[in-house]
Formats: sequence, structure tokens, C-alpha cells
Amino acid sequence: MTLQKRIMQKQILQNTALWAIVLVLIGYVFCRPVYGEGEAVELPALAQQLAGVKLKELPNLVGQLEVAGKTAVVPLFEALLNGDLYYRKVDRLVVIARLSPAGDYQLRDALLVTPLGRAEKKALKKIRISNRVRSGLRDAIARLTLFSDDPTLRRPAVANLFNRLDDDSVALLQSAAARETDTDILATIERALALHTLLVSPDIPAQLQALDKLDGSLEPVVRNRLAALLESTENTGATRDPAVIRKAAAVLHSIHADIEFYEFLETLFFGLSLGSVLLLVATGLAITFGVMGVINMAHGELIMLGAYTTYVVQLLMPDHIGYSLLVAVPAAFLVSAATGIVIERSVIRFLHGRPLETLLATFGISLLLQQTVRSVFSPLNRQVESPSWLSGSLELNAVFSLTYNRLYILVFALLVFVALLLVLKRTSLGLQVRAVAQNREMAKAMGIRTDWVDALTFGLGSGIAGIAGVALSQLTNVGPNLGQAYIIDSFMVVVFGGVGNLWGTLVGSFSLGIVNKFLEPATGAVLANILVLVFIILFIQKRPRGLFPQRGRAGQS
Amino acid sequence: MITGGNIFTVATLRAQTALFVAVLFGVTLYASVCNLLLPQDSVFYVSTYTVTLMGKYLCYALLALAVDVIWGYCGILSLGHGAFFALGGYVMGMYLMRQIGDRGVYGNSELPDFMVFLNWQELPWYWCGLDHFWLAALLVLLVPGLLAFGFGWLAFRSRVAGVYLSIMTQALTYALMLAFFRNEMGFGGNNGLTDFKDILGFDLQADTTRVALMLCSALALGTAYLASRLILASKFGRVILAIRDAEDRARFLGFRTQDYKVWLFVYSALLAALAGALYVPQVGIINPGEFSPLNSIEVVVWVAVGGRGTLYGAVVGALLVNYAKTRFTGVMPEAWLFALGSLFVLVTVCLPKGLAGLLSRLGSRRRRLAAVDA
Repeated sequence: MTLQKRIMQKQILQNTALWAIVLVLIGYVFCRPVYGEGEAVELPALAQQLAGVKLKELPNLVGQLEVAGKTAVVPLFEALLNGDLYYRKVDRLVVIARLSPAGDYQLRDALLVTPLGRAEKKALKKIRISNRVRSGLRDAIARLTLFSDDPTLRRPAVANLFNRLDDDSVALLQSAAARETDTDILATIERALALHTLLVSPDIPAQLQALDKLDGSLEPVVRNRLAALLESTENTGATRDPAVIRKAAAVLHSIHADIEFYEFLETLFFGLSLGSVLLLVATGLAITFGVMGVINMAHGELIMLGAYTTYVVQLLMPDHIGYSLLVAVPAAFLVSAATGIVIERSVIRFLHGRPLETLLATFGISLLLQQTVRSVFSPLNRQVESPSWLSGSLELNAVFSLTYNRLYILVFALLVFVALLLVLKRTSLGLQVRAVAQNREMAKAMGIRTDWVDALTFGLGSGIAGIAGVALSQLTNVGPNLGQAYIIDSFMVVVFGGVGNLWGTLVGSFSLGIVNKFLEPATGAVLANILVLVFIILFIQKRPRGLFPQRGRAGQS
Repeated sequence: MITGGNIFTVATLRAQTALFVAVLFGVTLYASVCNLLLPQDSVFYVSTYTVTLMGKYLCYALLALAVDVIWGYCGILSLGHGAFFALGGYVMGMYLMRQIGDRGVYGNSELPDFMVFLNWQELPWYWCGLDHFWLAALLVLLVPGLLAFGFGWLAFRSRVAGVYLSIMTQALTYALMLAFFRNEMGFGGNNGLTDFKDILGFDLQADTTRVALMLCSALALGTAYLASRLILASKFGRVILAIRDAEDRARFLGFRTQDYKVWLFVYSALLAALAGALYVPQVGIINPGEFSPLNSIEVVVWVAVGGRGTLYGAVVGALLVNYAKTRFTGVMPEAWLFALGSLFVLVTVCLPKGLAGLLSRLGSRRRRLAAVDA
């Protein structure tokens, strides 16, 4: 019984296998794609032909690849265009290779873009292309991406064609317009077609209509073409209708006005971004200096510790760079806060009421911390990686885009600020901190452990410095001198805003950041910095207690 | 409040000053004689390197004296005195640059090398006339003096005091540093001024010039010491002490305290500028690094180590710390910042009156013991 069953099963299996082979063979024969003129090769094999291909045969091969691969070959084409396409000398495998920070090349599969390990430069051979192939590749990429289902691919394709309008690209754009569903991309295509109409159509009403469509268009190519059009009629005599010229001038003028507005917005954003950095850096100082009255010259070094904590966290979790910052923020807070509490307990509490001595002692501590970091890590800058969600930018239109890291840091700075306000205004620790700041003796008499509050306040301010370090590690180089660059600026912000007033710090940092960035185009970065410093020195003469002075008894000292 | 300088009687002050001047000139004259007259293989020969080093230390001591005058006696902690020092040095450096003439790398007799390098066509107006020593000497005092007057007048009139003033002075020197780093300023940018050949026609590399410069520094320090003693012992000096201990009371008594502070600040800046002008020909270079806030704050530590409000403490502190720095950076460079940092902390926490305070405490204890024995 069991034997019979087994034999039957075996037969069934054999039959199925046989049938499967037959089916596959039939499928292969019928479904085998036919490439080029009768030449039947599969896509990977076709790609493989790139290894050592003669320059003469390359255009033909590119054409075959385009037909065979559709959008799947776009990464390969882009790599070829950028000179990133190589083949391995050992097995002639075609790969995309990029120089890694370690000095060797990181390999990826040419079609699947999956990682293939690393290789030395010696082991690779670059696939060279000519200018003719280059323009052919650009067209092919445009054709392939223009009709892809992914709008994020179509958008750059349209922009690409917009920049080099000719009969071919216009034909492509026209066919793309017919099937485009995204209104935004459709509008861009229509502008491109309008520009083309304006330039080549002999029909004056059509030209005027095209100009209507071009009004408010921010693409640089529209600006350049319009300016060139106006200039050519001025120089070489009018071949165009005066109404068209007038209208073109008006459109160009309004475009320039729009661009100026967006440039203003961009400067404003840069100013806000600098302000947010200053806010992060100065908030901690506003606590230790403003609330406690301790001049902490080591504040910059606590920021540096935060940045180095980020570096160490990334070393510990190299596979999860995306989450590393989320871990780094609390870690940096704890590291810097602990360091701050140690400093407070071991030095600052002995110097209570002697601000100048505190200044000197904390300066000594800053030297110690700097040198420690230099000895432990190295005097050289360390590389802190940015997670992918922080890189890139939010493109609002052709001339105005916001980089994500600055945007996130702006939001982060405000969050930290709000959190600090809540701690100071809504918790019992905050209440005690404010009580000690207002009247130490009375607070002590009411049973507040002032020693303990001092240590925690200083720890809080230091911890915020550490958080600022995490943010700064995404913007600047992480090195032992990171903190020094910010210490004077952050003191300026606190003094400008008014010591002991968090809102003053907020207003102070943003106004200094914005003023700095608006001065920069006219004067250059260094001079802008100097001018702001001079301005604050003069401002302090006028209002020695800053923008928002503390009033009442706490303000007198 | 801070008490420092006025625990000595007039007699001990006089003895102290005499001792200070005697030691200063004794040591420097001895070194000069040993350098110039003895053969190189003699046991007592003092090398030219040592002489130059001494000259450099004396300039630092003069700078420390300048800081002590305002910090120890008036309670104004300036974290920007390096700015006056460097400005004096830059004026002297400009004079020395003009003395190079056509002996530079490009052989241009009209323009200093760095201007030729930057394709400048003519000398900027502020370089004109600096080939005359007397004008350079005047400007060495005038430029920093005016800056100190302007800054002090603005700051003290609006009663910016204490920590705020310290941070303002630090911002001042920081802003100047950024400015001098710019090539467009016409002061040699990053590299500063260097490659000097001679001063008043004397070769800067010659032993005699080195010794003469060192003696000039000693003379400047001695004169500044005496002048500061006299100023601080005068009625002006008594008001300065009063301002340090209780500014409000001094004001209520009818003294225009801001005027006193401004003039003392200017005097102190002049001393610093003089130190800078003497420093540059001996070291042979001046660059924007001299403006860095760290330099200025180091000076404060020299004063704190020696003991502020004593004048001689500042000098002793400057000499000791700089000697230690030369030694440390030679043997184990990375340890120097550890040592300096610890020095800051230890002196402020454990030795608020510095070595001078330690000395006078030991002295008074011995006197007390002697009195008990008798």
C-alpha cells in the first residue's frame, strides 16, 4: 500500500516536472522578446555588452537598451552619463561605482542598483562615452522618464526638456501633455510649449497668448529667452510686432519682481535658519547666564560634547543612521548635563557671587575639555553623517527651495525653546529655579534646597547646549574648536535680548540672524559679522540691559 | 570687596619698587654683558636666543602690568587687551615693512610683498608716512589710545560694568581679529606682517640689536612700573581704588567716576600698545592671531597667578607662566592646554590673590610668630 502510494507520487512528480519544462520552453519561445532588428538578447546580457564596447557601436547599443529596458535602464543611463559606469576587470561585470569616503569604490548592480560590495580603483575600468552619445543619452532619459508612471521622475524630465527646446523636445512635450494628469507638471509643459510658440510662431495673436501664459513663470530659461528676445530686437532692428515687444518687456518685468520677492523670502529663510542655530546655542546660556547669573565660558565646549556624542552614537549604530539622531538627542542631553553638573559641583559653587572669577575658572574648564577631546578623538574634524530624511530640499518652485536640514533645525529649535519654557513655567523645578533666581536667601528660608536647584539648573542649561551640539553636527564640521566659534555670538544674543529673559533670547537670536543674512550680500560674511558685533556694542551703550530688561527687584544687581 | 594693593605701607612700597627695579636692571644688564663680551664657550655666556626670549617675556610682563593696572586697581576685567597689544604691534610691523624697501621677494620698493602678490597698484593711504620712525612711534600710541578712549568713553559713560564689560572687550578683540584676517584690509591678511630686515638702520638679526631691544623692553617695563606706582599713589590713584571698592559711593561723593575710568583705561591701553610695539621687532612677525580672545584671556591668567593689585605680581606671573609655557610646549605640547586650564581653575578657586597673596600671608604669619616669640 505504502509502496504503491510512493510510486504514484513519484510518477505525478515526474509528470509535473516534465510538464513544467515543456511549458517553460513554450513560454520562452512565444514570449521571448525580440530586440532590435532580429537580434534576440535579454536585457542583462544586453547591458553586459557595454563592457569594452567600441565607441562607434555605443549609440546603437544605447538604442537597443532603451527599447528593451524602458524605465529600468534610467539609472544605468544616468550612471553612464555621469561617468559612474565601470566594468570589473576580472569578470567584465558592468557595475555602477561611486567613490566612497574610505577611498575605494562602492559597487552596485547596473540594472537592479543593489549593492555589490567594494572594489579598488585598479580592479575597475571606466566605460567611456563621446559627446554624441552624451546628448543621445540625455534624450533617451528624457523620453523614458517623461512617460513614466512616477510623477517624481516626470517632473525633472519636463524641466530638462524645457531647458533645451527644439522641434524634437517640443514634439515629445506635446505628446506628454496629452496624457499628463498632474496639473502642476501640465502647467510646466504648457509654459514650455508657450515659450516655443513665442519664439517660432509667426502668428502675432498666438505670440501674445503665449506671453500671457508665460507671465509669472520662474524658470531661468524663460527669463533668459525673453531677455535675449528683447535684446535682439533692440540691436538688430525690429522683426517683431511692437505689441509683442511691449508685452514681453512687461512680462519680464513682472517675472523679475516675482524673483526678487522669492529671493527676499530665501534670505529671510537663511536668516531664520541662522537665528534658529543662535537660539539653540543661546537658550542654554540664557539659563546658566540669564537665570543663574553664572558666566559659563565652557558653554561652547558643552555644545561640542553634544556634537561628539552624536558622532559616537553613529559609530555605535552604523546600520541605523536614520534613527541615530533620535538616540543622539537624549544621549547628548545626558552627557552634557552630567558634565555640567560635575563642573557646577566641583568649581562653580565655590565661586558664588564672584562673576569675574567664575568667568576665568570656566574658561580654564573649556580649555581642559577641548584638550581632552583633542586627545581622545583627534585634533581633526570628525565626519557626522546626515540621515536621508535630513538631506535634500523642499522645492516650492524653480527659484525657491528650502533645505530640509535647516527646516528641521528651525522647527527643532522652537520645540526646544517651548519645552524649556514649559519646564520653567509649569514644573515645580521651574518654580524653584525662578524662586532662587529672584531671591536666593528667601528661597532658602522657604525650604528650597538651593544647592540642589543650582546643580539641576546648571545641568539643564548644559544639557540644552548638548542638544544644540546635535543640531550643529548636521550643519558644520565637528571638531574640538566647534564651540569656540559660537560662544561670543551666543553671549551677544543673550546680552542683546536681555539677561534673564527667555523671550528676549528668542527675539534676539532671530533678529541678529536675519540682520546678519540681509547684510551679507552687500558686505560679505565676515564684514556682516563684524558690523553686527559693532552694532551690539553700540546698542549696549544705549540700553545696557538689553531689549527686554528684567524689571523689579530681580533686575537690580 | 576685593582688597589687594593697599595693605602695604608707603615705606614697604618704596622698598618693593627699589627692589623690583634693581632686580630688573641687574638681570637684564648681566645678560647683555654676558652675551656681548664673553666668548661663546664661556660658562657664563648667555645665548642670543635667551636674550630674545627674555625680551619677549619682558614685553609680556609689560602687557600683564597694563592689565593689572585696570583689573587689580580698578576692578575692570578687560578680556580684550590683546587688541591694544596687537594694534601697537601692527603699527610697528608696518614701519618695519616699509624699512624692507626693495629687498623683498618681488624687489618692489614701493609696495610690501603681500600687496604685490595681491596685485595692488599703490600704497593705501593709511600706510603713508609710516617709513618715518617718529610717525610710527606716535601712531603706536595714538591708534590704540584713541580706540581705548572711544570704547571706554562709550562703555563707562553708560555704566557698562562687570561681566558685561568683559564680554564687550572680548567681542571687540574678536571683531578686530575677523577684520584683520581679511586680505582687503591691507594688513597682510592671514599671514600678517613678517620678514623684517632692520630697524632704524640696525640689522634685526644682529646680537647688538637684539640686546638693545631687550634693554629697551626692560627700560619700558621699569618706567611703566614706576609711572604706575606714582599714578596709583597720587590722588587720581586713590579715587581709582575708591571706585574699585565702591563706585556708587565715589560717585555720590562728587567724583565723575567714568572720567577716571576712561583715563585709566587709556593709560593701560598705551602700556599694552608699547609692549606690542617692542614685541614685534624681537619676534619678527605679527599676525591676526594676536587678536584672538584666547591670547587676551591668557594675560589675565598671568596676572591672576602672580596676584592682582600688586603690579610686581603681574610681572612675576607673566614671567613664570611664559617660562612654563616655553618649557611645556617644548617637551609635551599637548599637555600645555591641560596645564593652562588647570592653572585657571586652581588659581581662581584656591589662590584668589595669586602668588603675591600667598607671599604676604606667609610674611604676616612669620611676623605674627615673631611677635609671639618676643
